Amino acid sequence: MHEWEEQLRALLSNKRVFTELADRYSYSFDASFGEHLPEVVVQPKTTEEVQTIMKIANQFGLAVTPRGQGTCLSGGPLPVHGGILLDMAQWPKEINVFADDLIAVVTPSVLTADIHAAAENYGLMYPPDPSSAHVSTIGGNLAENSGGPRGLKYGVTKDFVIGLEIVTPEGDVMHTGGRTIKNVTGYDLTKLLVGSEGTLGVITKATLKLVPKPPAVQTMMAAFTDMATAGKAISKTLTSGVLPAKMEFMDRACIEAVERYRPSGLPTASEALLLIELDGHPETIKLEAEQVKQILVELQADPIITAESDEEAQKLWSARKLVSPAIATIKPTKISEDATVPRSRIPEMMDRLKQIKEEYQVELVVFGHIGDGNLHPDIMCDQRDEEEMIRAEKAVAEIFRAALELGGTLSGEHGIGTMKAPFMEQEMGEVGVSMLKRIKEAWDPNNIMNPGKIFAEKGQKLVLRDG
Amino acid sequence: MADTLKDMLRYDLTFDCVQCGYCLPVCPTYETMERETHSPRGRINLIKMVAEGKASVEDLKQPIDKCLGCMACTTVCPTDVQYGQLFESAKHVIDEYEEKTFVQQKTEHFLFHSFFPSTAWMDQLGNATWLYQVSGLQKAARGLNVMSAAPLHLGKFEQVLPPAPSPKERHARKNRLHPDGPPKAVVAFFTGCVMDSVFFRQNEKTLELLRLSGAEVQLPKTQTCCGALHAHAGKEPEALTLAKENIQAFEEKPVDYIVNNAGGCGAQLHKYGELFAGDPEWEQRATAFSDKVRDITEVLVELDGLEFTERVEETYTYQPSCHMTNVQKVKEPPLQLIRSVPGVTLKELDRPDFCCGSAGIYNITQHEDAMDILDVKMKDVKRQCPEGIVTTNPGCMLQMKLGVQREGLEEEIDTVHIVDLLMKAKPVTKQAAKA
Ligand SMILES: Cc1cc2nc3c(=O)[nH]c(=O)nc-3n(C[C@H](O)[C@H](O)[C@H](O)COP(=O)(O)OP(=O)(O)OC[C@H]3O[C@@H](n4cnc5c(N)ncnc54)[C@H](O)[C@@H]3O)c2cc1C
Ligand code: SF4
Ligand code: SF4
Repeated sequence: MHEWEEQLRALLSNKRVFTELADRYSYSFDASFGEHLPEVVVQPKTTEEVQTIMKIANQFGLAVTPRGQGTCLSGGPLPVHGGILLDMAQWPKEINVFADDLIAVVTPSVLTADIHAAAENYGLMYPPDPSSAHVSTIGGNLAENSGGPRGLKYGVTKDFVIGLEIVTPEGDVMHTGGRTIKNVTGYDLTKLLVGSEGTLGVITKATLKLVPKPPAVQTMMAAFTDMATAGKAISKTLTSGVLPAKMEFMDRACIEAVERYRPSGLPTASEALLLIELDGHPETIKLEAEQVKQILVELQADPIITAESDEEAQKLWSARKLVSPAIATIKPTKISEDATVPRSRIPEMMDRLKQIKEEYQVELVVFGHIGDGNLHPDIMCDQRDEEEMIRAEKAVAEIFRAALELGGTLSGEHGIGTMKAPFMEQEMGEVGVSMLKRIKEAWDPNNIMNPGKIFAEKGQKLVLRDG
Repeated sequence: MADTLKDMLRYDLTFDCVQCGYCLPVCPTYETMERETHSPRGRINLIKMVAEGKASVEDLKQPIDKCLGCMACTTVCPTDVQYGQLFESAKHVIDEYEEKTFVQQKTEHFLFHSFFPSTAWMDQLGNATWLYQVSGLQKAARGLNVMSAAPLHLGKFEQVLPPAPSPKERHARKNRLHPDGPPKAVVAFFTGCVMDSVFFRQNEKTLELLRLSGAEVQLPKTQTCCGALHAHAGKEPEALTLAKENIQAFEEKPVDYIVNNAGGCGAQLHKYGELFAGDPEWEQRATAFSDKVRDITEVLVELDGLEFTERVEETYTYQPSCHMTNVQKVKEPPLQLIRSVPGVTLKELDRPDFCCGSAGIYNITQHEDAMDILDVKMKDVKRQCPEGIVTTNPGCMLQMKLGVQREGLEEEIDTVHIVDLLMKAKPVTKQAAKA
């Protein structure tokens, strides 16, 4: 047995240190691509344990990769340098809501949906709502800076974190921010850590901001015969003085896939479908719904549906939720992208995506959080078809390029991880990446904290095939 | 070899898993064993790794043995991964690859060829030699190496077993029952092997309920064990042989439905069609069989022929069988029946779909793990403060009884099969005028 293994076992007992092949393989993947075996999997349950683990890792030069529930779509929790896989999902789950302060203090293993439920008990809301909310941990959300449909009105995870407890790569404990909403002391390390993808430290506790839960919601759906008009509907709505909570989009391929998968009465002749949700006071959203409807009518959207009841609203949203399983029937392997562009460039981006689809002959469908420009172009392919995967890789690179050329970004919510690392310089420039690297070097002098992420290694390219 | 392993493990099906993790929150073993290795996603990935030759069949054994086969994962999977098929093929491969001693082979042969399919053995079992026989099962299970070295806890099970009927009572049963009026339907009853021995009384009640509801009931003589335990132990050929015997037995006379009252057996009977997919001789016959399979609760609701004459002023909670919920997809009828009993207050569990840990013989072969799962279930039960627990599967019924006993609540909580509850309310045939 390695000395480090002995030390880890002394700390955590055999029940929380795994070196068997079956266990190592079980932590070798996430929801993206690639498979990397850690040398050991450990399950810390206290901040002190994480500290000791980090110290052992530093002493023996072992890489440490934190992992929540492995639902990452960009390769964040893959132990690409082997070493220690830190399973944060089994940490004791605690949610403490301080309703008077409008905050919640949570441990990293808590599932996001459980925070939603806890806040609701107090008439409050934790707005970030990734579609993976009922499986992903808040630790993973914080590390990836996750977003969701409500991002349009409320923002992403970083907009709701005011304090963190972190174990640094060298094994020290550190607190950032605090429990006050206003806090301008020093550099904003909280924001730096959120979205750092586990490369700057291990999150062991977080203080989250809550907002009053809007008393009512109103769902609407509108279909368009062309993308340009749908684009107009988005910009007109957003400049009309009404800010919807959600504005979601499905393209024709998605609509058709859903109708094939589970007929939901969607207008299959349309090129674009918008789903809009308003939230707020019942009287207010009544007026706002009228206003939005006016815009939709002027642009000749057809049909325009305003949900009359909760069930009707549920039905409309269920069509959106069916997109993922429905498109999975096209082909088994799903490359889920989240290129994001300024809202005014959405129609152009849609044109570029169409070209990419034709040029590389890939099954490309588009849906997503269009209100904030966050599109999900998904390429459906088959991992076993080498030739198709090469075309898909090229198409993905082309999607990134298009987003950047239109003034957008590589990732709206899924993070960089291993998948987008080779493209970082295209977005941030040499100086930008170099500054990030300097920060990383200062925080983690031995480069043991989740190495191989965000920063491309020499010659690293996007590879979606195994091995 | 590598290629055949890929075929045997249904490598092709593993690609349907997009590793999204949606199945993690519903998996009981992931919750109690706290590691990805014991999650559906982890298991599917391991099957893939073994098929690709990256890990060995031996590496796969424990994660698969520890799976309850409750199929909760299949109900939430957005891409409809065929976990059941993957699970059974993995069991089969593990069984094939395992090197067995002569004694192991003999005990297994006895267990799966003579013991389960045999009515005679099952009679014996019913006639109170249960413990000894199950000790034989214990030995065999040990021989199979499906157990840890931990001693068995059969004494506990023995205490919760219902009293056995006398052989006389058993043999007095008729092979055909007629309703009082003209029959509304003709059904065949699947007696089950363990069910008909250990739970003879529940079978009797089931027959009577069918009769009172207006059904003519037949009991095909040559029927045998459903084969679920064989299939779950990786004994595919044996499971197929039993299936064929049953298909033949139930083909003899035309019936509307083939009724069973054990969730696990029902699930296996439902799968016969699938088992013979592509078999020119058997596929059609098997599908015809499966299409007629119904749980007792479905048939009672459909016939709607019962009227209750006594109130049961008690609070019950309902523990649905996983195989009934997740494989047969029968959810509403049992609830409807419980609610129809006058006086009964039904308090549903917070997590009814969480397995109780019974899972075939899992609570014998993986006893400690099954008890951890049962503990989670009992917490939920206690939150509802019921005076009784209703189940739809004999395995679940025993397990829940054990749970009640472990909590020291035997005096407070009565555990019954749904037919027990219905009979308690003294049902009679609904009057045609009122119906
Ligand atoms: C079907 C599906 C839908 C999704 N929908 C969305 C969506 O709508 N919006 C969205 O933003 N994302 C979405 N995702 C992506 C994913 O769910 C999120 O990135 C999520 O935040 C990951 O959480 P996790 O617990 O699974 O973390 P993991 O995937 O295990 O890890 C993610 C990253 O966090 C790091 N990490 C985890 N825990 C800690 C910790 N305690 N301290 C430090 N670092 C840590 C890891 O090292 C890794 O880099 C979706 C994924 C799937 C499969
Ligand atoms: S829910 Fe289905 S696709 Fe997702 S990880 Fe589980 S088995 Fe795989
Ligand atoms: S069958 Fe049950 S125990 Fe097995 S993986 Fe699925 S949910 Fe978990």
